[in-house]
Amino acid sequence: MSEKKEIDDRFKKFGTVSFASVTKVNDFIDFLEKDKVMGTRCKDCGVAFFPPRADCYQCFSSDIEWFEISGKGKLLTYSKLKYAPVGFENDLPYCIALLDYGDYKIFGRIASNIPEDKIELGMEMKVVVNKLPNGQLNFVFDKV
Amino acid sequence: MGKVAIIGVGQSAFVRGYPGSIRELAFVGFKGAMQDAQVSVKDIDASIICSAPEYDKQRSPSGVFAEYFGLIPQPTCYLESLCSSTSMGLRMAYSLVKSGLHDIVAVVGFQKMSEISSAESQERMGRGADIQWESPFGTMMPAYYAMFARAHMEKYGTTLDDLALIRVKAATYGQINEKALFRKPVAVEMFSDPDHFMSGPVSSPLRVGDCCANADGSSCIIVANEEKAMALCKKPVWILGLGAASASVNMTGRDLFTGLAVARDASQQAYKMAGVTPKDIDVAEVHDCFTVSEIMAYEDLGFVKPGEGKELIRSKETYKEGSIPVNVDGGLLSKGHPIGATGGSQIRTIVLELRNEAGEMQVKKPEIGLVHNIGGVGLYGVVTILGR
Repeated sequence: MSEKKEIDDRFKKFGTVSFASVTKVNDFIDFLEKDKVMGTRCKDCGVAFFPPRADCYQCFSSDIEWFEISGKGKLLTYSKLKYAPVGFENDLPYCIALLDYGDYKIFGRIASNIPEDKIELGMEMKVVVNKLPNGQLNFVFDKV
Repeated sequence: MGKVAIIGVGQSAFVRGYPGSIRELAFVGFKGAMQDAQVSVKDIDASIICSAPEYDKQRSPSGVFAEYFGLIPQPTCYLESLCSSTSMGLRMAYSLVKSGLHDIVAVVGFQKMSEISSAESQERMGRGADIQWESPFGTMMPAYYAMFARAHMEKYGTTLDDLALIRVKAATYGQINEKALFRKPVAVEMFSDPDHFMSGPVSSPLRVGDCCANADGSSCIIVANEEKAMALCKKPVWILGLGAASASVNMTGRDLFTGLAVARDASQQAYKMAGVTPKDIDVAEVHDCFTVSEIMAYEDLGFVKPGEGKELIRSKETYKEGSIPVNVDGGLLSKGHPIGATGGSQIRTIVLELRNEAGEMQVKKPEIGLVHNIGGVGLYGVVTILGR
């Protein structure tokens, strides 16, 4: 009798609605559960990736290691949504934003407790793990 | 090898809720272009069918259309690069003709967006971005372009009123374009009137009036080699320059948020191939999916320096009588944006302008025209330069 192969679909926990479930960087979810936002780095040529990648396009190596996103990034730009795509209605209103860490950038949301009049381009922010009401996980940008 | 020409153009009216199937909708644009070119289906050596997927249920629409159009047994295929699909289709048709593989190729664009709700179509469009790392945050097209608008306003002092002025210009010409969806006049004041729908917030800083609307529509371009064009067509319009580029789908891979790198790259290629500069362009169609997109296009295409786009609209230089008329057919903002049909409609307008057949929208004796067609959030950029 053959055993049913278990599918590693951890990535379905990412975001309000996840559109992918199986990826070689599924460990990203385990790190989120431990309150860590992690990127990957190519062990052969040293280039850092966020979002994490399983493969390096510079040297074609798939030998990668994880590193924790720490410190501060600068807010490049953002937008506050008053209208949402299907599946995200209960999150409204929310801000999507881009944070610049120098070597890499991070796309995510601004923490929902920061009012829009306190948001300024260029301000320093940090990435923190966020548990969504529906049990899903993502990360948000919070005040330093 | 000789030159490559456009010998026929057609488009359907862009509407809400087209009362027919996708093959019937696409046939409207195809028939228009075939009658314009005065050729028969036997003259068409191949067809390229363009749209963005998942707005209707048909998989591989090329075979269905080839059958409905009477283009069997000629080769056909489906091509997509989101909102720039038909311009990319024209680029492929150019290569097929230039290589000598085919004499005449039909490029057909279509989109029937009314089969799904507006929120569903935002979800589809959002999935034209990075579904693994961005869509789970609840992204949609207006929100992405709003991020560019905010960066542009912050860096260059572009104002909300400047954005409104783009919509006012679009509405000026939408009123005289019988193919346009939105045909009413627009005033800047509507954007500050809380009771007017134009001022409604969508994704800050963009308002309802800053966004183009979904629509159903089709378009078609007939492309021919020099010999066929000279034999069949009284006013061939020549393809002088082609440029195309791509950018990182995930915003984390971008360096520019006050313009679209793909438009800068693609336009430089097209100018070089055509042997012209931005000053030589007499009339242009740009991808104004949002008001800010048109201001960025002025700058990305080199009509003005980065940051000076607002001056061009304030001084009305992009109106029909100005130094560089842009979107004198009402643009996406007035015509509506049936994704896969949009590029073909832009190309049609420039072809009609160059043939002096644009009616009320006609600018004064243009020699060279440009089409700027963008797919996704500056993900794909296609620039085409046409001449008489």
